[in-house]
Amino acid sequence: MSGFDLLTTRLESALGWGRKFSLFHYPFITACCGMEYMSTACAHFDIDRFGAGLTRFSPRQADLLLVVGTITHKLAPVLKTVYDQMLEPKWVIAFGACSVSGGIYQNYAVVQGIDRIIPVDVYIPGCPPRPEMVLDGLLKLQDKIQHQKQDWRWARKT
Amino acid sequence: MGPENLIDAIRSSLGEAVLDVADSFGDAVLVIRADAVRPALAALREAPFDYALLLDLTCVDFAAAEGRFELVYHLYSLSRNVRLRIKASVPAGDPAAATLVGLWKNAEWLEREVYDMFGVRFEGHPDLRRLLTYEGFEGHPLRKSYPWRLEQPRIPLKDDV
Repeated sequence: MSGFDLLTTRLESALGWGRKFSLFHYPFITACCGMEYMSTACAHFDIDRFGAGLTRFSPRQADLLLVVGTITHKLAPVLKTVYDQMLEPKWVIAFGACSVSGGIYQNYAVVQGIDRIIPVDVYIPGCPPRPEMVLDGLLKLQDKIQHQKQDWRWARKT
Repeated sequence: MGPENLIDAIRSSLGEAVLDVADSFGDAVLVIRADAVRPALAALREAPFDYALLLDLTCVDFAAAEGRFELVYHLYSLSRNVRLRIKASVPAGDPAAATLVGLWKNAEWLEREVYDMFGVRFEGHPDLRRLLTYEGFEGHPLRKSYPWRLEQPRIPLKDDV
């Protein structure tokens, strides 16, 4: 391993460490899973322990999109726009059975999983998922962020 | 007025328009002719019946079995604390009924919803557009004839996931 490789590997590791513990999340909440999101975010379960406590109410300031609840075809362009407004690097969690796969709904109205609209990093099933499952999903995402190829702002994108 | 007296009074007031009466858990149910919906509900809105509130307006699709749609009106009297359900059948081929806009303001959106979901035309409605589905949506999704699970996406969806 050359000196340069060692340096970039260390730098990637440091970037991943910084990013996984400073997730600003944007909650895109449409349905009853929002209750589980609230209890996860508040003091009892407390996602602030994992560095994801700072809720942003503008997608432009967020780097984690939490899609919580049923997404209908009427709402699909809105979700796509919100995702497009977020700055890189960005991650998406599908929270609950509806956003994972459409859940109990398969009809004229409901999108069968948000991965038909935007890319998804972590799927959290459950109807609704318990806060422990959400925290587990968050830890899975942190693991993914730590070990992924880091996107350097100053590096030329290929 | 108790339920029996009430039904008798409504029957004598509406006359031929009433096809059938029933009792559902203590509340009166009337089946009336579709062409009598507007005058009948206008009469029930006034004293002595005083059904001042239109609680709900919905529709049931019996098209496959019996070739008809059934409009269901729910009324409530604030002064007497009683409810009344009114049903009227319209043909499934060309479902249409008179609007209640002018009697109850909330009928405007209730009728737009029934138009959106079932395609029932409300004649005399000032603004009969879709209410819940989006621009470009084709068909009426709560009809039994609407294809099962047919989606009409507004943006291109990825299929290979």
